[in-house]
Order: sequence, then C-alpha cells, then structure tokens
Amino acid sequence: MNRALMHVIQLMVLCGALLVSGCDLRQRMYDQPKYEAHEATTFFDNGLTSRGPIEGTIARGQLRLDAHLFTGKVNGELATVLPPSIPFGKDLLERGHERFDIYCSPCHGRTGEGNGMIVQRGLKQPPSFHEARLREAAIGHYFEVMTNGFGAMYSYASRVPVEDRWAIAAYVRALQFSQRADFDKLPAQDQGQLP
Amino acid sequence: MAQVFHRSINWVAKFSIIAILGLVGGLFSVLLNINRLDYVSGVGVARDQPVPFSHKHHVTGMGLDCRYCHTSVETSAFAGIPPVETCMTCHSLIWTEAPLLEPVRAAFRDDVPLQWTRVHDLPDFVYFKHNIHVSKGIGCTTCHGAVDQMPLMKKAETLNMEWCLSCHRNPAQFIRPRDRVFDVNWTPPADQELRGQQLVKDYNVRVSQLTDCSVCHL
Ligand code: HEC
Ligand code: HEC
Ligand code: HEC
Ligand code: HEC
Ligand code: HEC
Ligand code: HEC
Repeated sequence: MNRALMHVIQLMVLCGALLVSGCDLRQRMYDQPKYEAHEATTFFDNGLTSRGPIEGTIARGQLRLDAHLFTGKVNGELATVLPPSIPFGKDLLERGHERFDIYCSPCHGRTGEGNGMIVQRGLKQPPSFHEARLREAAIGHYFEVMTNGFGAMYSYASRVPVEDRWAIAAYVRALQFSQRADFDKLPAQDQGQLP
Repeated sequence: MAQVFHRSINWVAKFSIIAILGLVGGLFSVLLNINRLDYVSGVGVARDQPVPFSHKHHVTGMGLDCRYCHTSVETSAFAGIPPVETCMTCHSLIWTEAPLLEPVRAAFRDDVPLQWTRVHDLPDFVYFKHNIHVSKGIGCTTCHGAVDQMPLMKKAETLNMEWCLSCHRNPAQFIRPRDRVFDVNWTPPADQELRGQQLVKDYNVRVSQLTDCSVCHL
C-alpha cells in the first residue's frame, strides 16, 4: 500500500516537472537566441543587430562604376538622357508613375504643381515642376535631387532604389510634357474627352 | 469492521467520477482555447510606444501610402519599420516644436534608433514572408485590419496557426487584384468567391501545397 502511494507521488512529481520544463522549453522556442530583423541586442555597442558594411569595403556587385547610372552625371555635367542600362518605354513610365505617387506626391502633388497634401498642412511649398526653370533642367537634376536631397528636401536614396529613381525622373518629364501637350497631336478620342 | 459509508451515499461516488471526468475535460478545453482569447493573443491591445504614432492621421488624413514608410514590404520578408529619418523628412519642417515628437528629434540628433514595441510577433519557429503575400494579391487590411482607422496600432487577428490555415486552405475568399493590395478601402465584392478563384488561377497560387507544415515551419 505504502509503496504504491510512493509510486503515485513519484509519478506526479515527474509529470509536474515535465509540465514546468515544457512551459520553459516552449518559451525558449517562441523566443530563440537568433535575432529577427531589427531586434535589439546588448552584444554591439549601439544596440543594433543590423550591421552596416565595414568602412572601406565594397560588397560584390556594389562597386558603383557607372557614374551616369549612379550619380546622374556624365563627365561631371548633369546627364540629359537616361543611362543606357535603363530602357525607356511604357513599363518605365508606369513604374515611375506608381513610385512618384508613393514617394513624391505627398508634397509635390499628383500633377507636380507643388500642392500636395502635406503642403496643404503647412509644409514649405516646393516649386512647381511646370515652371520654366525646372522644365529646362536636365533629367540628371531630378536624379541628383532624389539621391542627395535639395535644400529642405531630404534624400530619398535609402527609400527609392536607383532604377526607380530614374523611372520617377522619366515620369516627371512625362508630367511636364502632359501640361503642355499639343492639342492637335492628340488622338481624336482623347481630344473629345477634354473640355 | 463496520461500514463507514451508508449505501445511500453511493451516488456521491458515482457523481464524483463523472464530475472529475468533466473537470478534466473542461480544463483541457480551456487550455486548448486559451490562445484564442483576445486577452492572451493580444488582439485589439495597444502597446506602449515611445511616440503615439497614429496611422489614422498619417494614412487617412494625409493619404500616405504604406510603402512611404514600410519600404521593404514588396521585396522582403520583413515589412520594414521606418527609421527616424523618414519621420524627419516631414517633421523637420512641420510640427517641429511638438513635445510629442521630442523622442523622434532626440533620436535623430543623437543618431540612435527609436525602440518601437512590436505589436505583431510570431513565434521564432514560424517563418512568414510579406513579399510573397503581397505579390500574390493578399492585401494589408486582410491581415492587419482597418489600419487607416487606428489612432494607435493594434492587432486585428490572432495570428495563430488556425488563422493562417483558414486562408491557406482557401485563399480565394480573400485574394484581391494586385493593384488593390495597398488600398485600405477595398472590400470583397459580392461575387468574391468567383473572382477569387479566377485570381488564384491567374496568379498561380499553389493552393495544394499551402497547408504543408514545411511552408511555415521549414
Ligand atoms: C516631404 C515633402 C517632399 C517630398 C515627399 C518630396 N519633396 Fe521634393 N521638394 C520638397 C521641398 C520642400 C522642396 C523645396 C526645397 C528647397 O527649395 O529648399 C523640394 C524640391 C524639389 C525639387 C526642386 C529642385 C529645384 O531645382 O528647385 C525637385 C526636382 C524635387 N523636389 C523632386 C522630388 C521628387 C522626385 C520626389 C519623390 C522621390 C520628391 N521631390 C519628394 C519636398 C518634398
Ligand atoms: C508615416 C509612416 C507610416 C505609414 C505611411 C504607415 N506606417 Fe505602419 N507603422 C509606422 C510606424 C512608425 C510603426 C511602428 C509604431 C507602431 O506600431 O505604431 C508602424 C507599425 C505598423 C504595423 C505594426 C508593426 C508591429 O509592431 O507589429 C503595421 C501592421 C503597419 N504599420 C501597417 C501599415 C499599413 C497597412 C500601412 C498603409 C495603410 C501603414 N502601416 C502606413 C509608420 C507608418
Ligand atoms: C509625409 C509627411 C509625414 C511623415 C513622413 C511623418 N509625419 Fe507625422 N505628421 C505629419 C503631419 C502633416 C502632421 C500634422 C497632423 C495633422 O495636421 O492632423 C503629423 C503629426 C504627427 C504627430 C502628432 C499627433 C498626430 O498624430 O496628429 C505625431 C506624434 C507624428 N506625426 C509622428 C510621426 C512619426 C513618429 C513619424 C515617422 C514614423 C511621422 N510622424 C512621419 C506628417 C508626416
Ligand atoms: C498574410 C497576412 C499579412 C499580410 C497580407 C500583410 N501582413 Fe504585415 N504582418 C503579418 C504577420 C503575421 C506579421 C508578424 C511577422 C513576424 O512576427 O515575423 C506582420 C508584421 C508586419 C509589420 C511589422 C514588421 C515585420 O515585418 O515583422 C509591418 C510593418 C507590417 N506587417 C506591415 C504590412 C503592410 C504594410 C502590409 C501590406 C503591404 C502587410 N503588412 C501585409 C501578416 C501580414
Ligand atoms: C488571407 C490569406 C493568407 C493568410 C491569412 C496567410 N497566408 Fe500565407 N500565403 C497566402 C498565399 C495566397 C500565398 C502564396 C502561395 C503561392 O506561392 O502560390 C501564401 C504563401 C505563404 C508562404 C510562402 C510559401 C512559399 O513557398 O514561399 C508562407 C511561408 C506563408 N504563406 C506563411 C503564412 C503564415 C505563417 C501565415 C499566418 C501568420 C499566413 N501565411 C497567413 C495567403 C495567406
Ligand atoms: C500557414 C502556416 C502554417 C502551417 C502550414 C503550419 N503551421 Fe504550425 N504554426 C503556425 C503558426 C503561425 C504557429 C504559432 C501559433 C501561435 O502563435 O501560438 C504555429 C504553431 C505550431 C505548433 C506549436 C503550437 C504551440 O502552441 O506552441 C506546432 C506543434 C505546429 N505549429 C505544428 C504544425 C504541423 C504539424 C503542421 C503541418 C500539419 C503545421 N504546424 C503547419 C503556422 C503554420
């Protein structure tokens, strides 16, 4: 009788221990020692798990030799055409349209007049893309502004990849053209749609 | 030895057997369902954040696209949380004195990151990727709810396995055209089931494999 009781008690203690360690194991499986994106750490001084490249090193494929593509300049002058590696076409303009609406329209407005939603809330008004100076500016100027920022406007280089920056620049050109298009050159069905 | 218990007490013994069985069963079902309680899964609970960032103001009020801040959501597993630099593109020029925004300005000045508290956090043994869902026509609001109406970020779904599977078994009920993925105002049309099936075909969604354990647990 006593031995049976002892067995029962031993079994119960074992089960309890398993249950408790099970909870602990489960917790450790939920939050493993590996780091998720942007998780904080005490290992590095600045508390970040995301590490930048070591100074003076260049990752494979990141040697930015093509000055035209990466700086918007040819021989130190702002480029007036798209880089050869960015093929012009409907796809490029559609991509540019989408990216412009996401990243630029909040301030510059969907048509580029400089009256976006944030400007209506009190942000400094940027110049209209349709004024003569900006119409005549080289396409490289737009790439350069997005890459390095301009005056009060921050750089978009960390948010918009190089190819998309060219697509946006091409789309800005299309926007400028659209405001000054020759009515007679429009197809008949589009002519009918204008007031 | 005289009988301790009278015969008429037998029902107590019988009853207690049933009661114990019931209790064990009840406990079991509580344990099974405890993860489904909003209190445990954290649905609808706002976390303490360094800055009370409002999606309602920034998305509905100003019409910002999710990708303006969550830049990597189309291209990687991680949607991306904006660095303070993104906030400062506007807040260096607007609301520059607001005390609410002091932590943002301080972080920018000192070049340290702002520490947001995660609202959605799957266990580390589950592998989730944003890019595949976004490119196959699953919209943000399907999983995150009406983000555009949230003054503070809250979880809209439990994110438990049952929930993932409810879609992986039949994505046609939720899938939408790709160009509406970021549209916070999209609602399923009356003939969603029909259109969904067409989209599932058009986008080559591999429905038959989506419930394999290895899809999410590798
Ligand atoms: C947060 C608001 C904001 C956003 C978003 C924004 N800009 Fe600007 N932008 C400005 C302001 C403000 C100026 C005026 C800067 C100044 O003169 O100090 C400006 C100026 C410019 C100029 C004029 C430069 C000149 O020669 O006068 C160009 C070109 C430009 N932005 C392009 C873009 C493009 C392309 C995008 C999208 C990638 C973009 N901006 C997004 C606020 C913004
Ligand atoms: C102005 C920048 C901005 C925009 C635009 C924006 N977000 Fe956010 N989002 C943030 C910040 C900052 C956080 C972290 C703070 C928080 O959780 O509230 C966040 C957090 C989130 C989270 C929760 C992350 C977690 O901790 O689990 C989700 C989900 C989310 N955003 C979805 C969206 C969706 C969907 C959209 C588009 C409708 C959107 N966001 C637009 C800045 C933005
Ligand atoms: C595209 C411009 C823009 C960006 C980017 C932006 N904000 Fe704002 N934010 C505004 C404007 C405009 C207001 C004023 C709101 C109003 O007028 O209702 C504002 C207001 C606020 C407020 C005041 C309270 C409120 O919600 O009205 C807080 C806090 C805030 N922003 C935090 C942030 C944080 C944190 C980020 C970075 C993740 C951020 N904002 C990024 C434009 C922006
Ligand atoms: C299929 C469901 C689903 C869809 C669609 C979805 N999300 Fe998420 N989101 C999640 C889950 C699950 C997590 C938690 C991920 C984790 O813990 O690893 C999450 C986390 C996030 C986070 C926190 C950072 C991160 O990546 O962990 C942000 C920000 C976010 N989502 C934004 C978005 C935006 C913006 C969209 C629309 C483009 C979107 N999500 C679409 C399910 C989804
Ligand atoms: C609303 C519908 C929906 C929900 C909810 C959902 N998924 Fe998905 N998921 C999909 C679709 C559609 C695909 C694309 C399948 C394909 O590649 O054809 C997918 C694909 C995936 C893949 C990629 C498979 C691969 O082969 O790369 C993973 C991983 C995944 N889902 C994990 C999850 C997890 C984890 C959750 C829950 C947190 C979840 N999903 C919730 C619809 C959903
Ligand atoms: C669509 C994605 C998905 C698929 C497919 C999937 N799981 Fe899961 N699983 C999850 C998620 C998400 C969780 C985490 C739920 C939570 O937060 O408690 C999970 C949790 C679990 C857990 C831990 C439960 C707990 O409470 O700790 C086990 C065990 C598990 N899954 C087994 C499986 C098995 C076996 C299969 C194949 C039959 C499978 N899963 C398929 C998404 C998935």
